[in-house]
Amino acid sequence: METASSRTLLFDKALMDTAILSVAQSIVSEYSPKDIPRLAFIGIQLRGVPFTERLVKIIGKLTESTPEIGTLDITMYRDDIGMRKALPVIYETKIPFDINDRIIILVDDVLHTGRTIRAALDAITDYGRPSYIKLAALIDRGMREFPITADYVGKTCILSGEKRIRVSWTETDDEDAVYQIEKKTQGTK
Amino acid sequence: MEGIWKKKDLLSLYDLSPEEITYILDTAEEFKKVSQRKVKKVPALRGKTVVNLFVEPSTRTRMSFELAEQRLSADIINISAETSSLKKGETLLDTAKNIEALQVDLIVIRHSAPRAPNFLAKRLKAGILNAGDGSHSHPTQALLDIFTIREKKGKIKGLNVSIVGDILHSRVARSNIWGLLKLGANVTIAGPSTLVPREFTQIGVRVCDNLRDALEGADVINLLRIQHERQQASYFPSISEYTNIFGLNKESMRYVKPDALIMHPGPINRGVELDSSIADGPQSVILEQVTNGLAIRMAALFLVAGCLKGRDTSQ
Repeated sequence: METASSRTLLFDKALMDTAILSVAQSIVSEYSPKDIPRLAFIGIQLRGVPFTERLVKIIGKLTESTPEIGTLDITMYRDDIGMRKALPVIYETKIPFDINDRIIILVDDVLHTGRTIRAALDAITDYGRPSYIKLAALIDRGMREFPITADYVGKTCILSGEKRIRVSWTETDDEDAVYQIEKKTQGTK
Repeated sequence: MEGIWKKKDLLSLYDLSPEEITYILDTAEEFKKVSQRKVKKVPALRGKTVVNLFVEPSTRTRMSFELAEQRLSADIINISAETSSLKKGETLLDTAKNIEALQVDLIVIRHSAPRAPNFLAKRLKAGILNAGDGSHSHPTQALLDIFTIREKKGKIKGLNVSIVGDILHSRVARSNIWGLLKLGANVTIAGPSTLVPREFTQIGVRVCDNLRDALEGADVINLLRIQHERQQASYFPSISEYTNIFGLNKESMRYVKPDALIMHPGPINRGVELDSSIADGPQSVILEQVTNGLAIRMAALFLVAGCLKGRDTSQ
C-alpha cells in the first residue's frame, strides 16, 4: 500500500470539475439532437462509476435529457487471471438497458495501458451490438500497451511507468482530487 | 482493489473464515448474472484446463461443475470411476499425478474417502475443488444453500436453520453446520437418534429428537435425502416409519412458519423425507438452489484459478 508521503497532488477539485465539464461539452457537441437519446453511458468499476454519474448529470443539464447509465466490472474479462497474487474484488455489473443500436460512451477515470478497455470492449459486446462504442477518460496518462485511444479526454498527463495516477472521488474516497503516486509495489491498472 | 481470497484449493468450509465465505457468496452474485445474459459465457478461465475426477458417481454436482466450467470458457476432461484406471488398481495419487503431468490447472474431485481432496491438495500444484468426500465435506453444496438463504432472507446472522434427516452420513449437513455457525446462524439438527450425533452440541448445535421442535420457529428447514446407498446397517426400522416420524408433510407443515424456506439438496425421495405438494409448494426453494449452485461453482472455480500463481508454465 502507498503511504501518504509518496503521493503528490496533481489536480484539486476545481481542476477536476473543469476536466469533467470539458469532457461533457465535447460529447454533447459531437451529437445532433436526434442522436442524443441514443447515448448511453457505461462506467467501468470502480472509479469510472462516479465519473460517469458526474458526467451524465452535466450532459443531462446541457441537453435537457436523462441519459441512461450502466456499470461494468471487467474482472471476468482480464487477461492476467492466475498471474497475480489474488484476483481483484468483483464489483457490480448493471446494464439496465438494451445496448443494441445505441451509442455507448464507455467511461473510465484513467486511461493507461489500454488493457482494461480491451477487456471492457469484450464484455460490452457480450451484451449486444451497439452502433458505436466511444471512450471517455478523465485522465490519459500515456504508456499504452494496446492500440487504444480515447475519444474524449479531460486532461492529458504523460507519466513514466513507475508512477501511478490515483483519482479520488467523494463517493469512493471521501474527496475529489487526483494524485500522482510513486509506485512501490507491483501494481496494475 | 485486491480481493481477500488467497487459497489455491476449496476443501471444506471448516477451513474458511467468515470473511472468506462471505467473499465467495458476494463473488457468486456477479456470476449468477452471467447465466441470465444472452451470452452465458465469460472468458475468465480461457486457456485453463479442468479435470472433473468423479471417483464416486454424481449427476447433478458434476453437471453443475461442468456447466460452470464451460461458462467460464475452461477446457474440460471428465473422468469417472467406471472408466478410470482406478478400476485397474492405480492409486488416487498416481491418477492425479498423471493428470497433473498433462498441465491441468484445476481438479474437481468427488471421492468416497473423507479428505481425499485434502490429500491431493497437499501433493499437487493444481488447484483442488472438493465436490464431496465421503461423509466429510461438500463445500459448494453448503455455499449454494447459504447463498440461497442469504438471497431470500437478506442475512444469515441470527436465523434459525433446522437440518433434518441423516446427519451422521451427511457431508451436506456437516458443511452447512460449519458454514452457518461461522456466519452466526442458530443451527438445529433433528432425525432418528441413531443418525444424529450428540457430539454436535459441543460446537453449539441444538439437537432435537422430534420433528416438531425442529420445525417450530425455524426460518429455514433443510431436509436431507435418506441415503439408502450409505446405510449398510439399519439405523431405523423402516422407511415408512421414518416418513411418519421425520417426513415433512401437510400435517407437520402446521408447525412451519409461513415464511420459512424449505430446502433440499436433491435428489428428492418424494413421499419419504418430503411430501410432493411441499416440494413443489410456494415455500420450496429447491430449484433455486440448483440455479444458485451454478453461480457458486463459477465463483469457486474462478477464485481458486486466480490463486495459481507460479504454476503458470507459460510465464
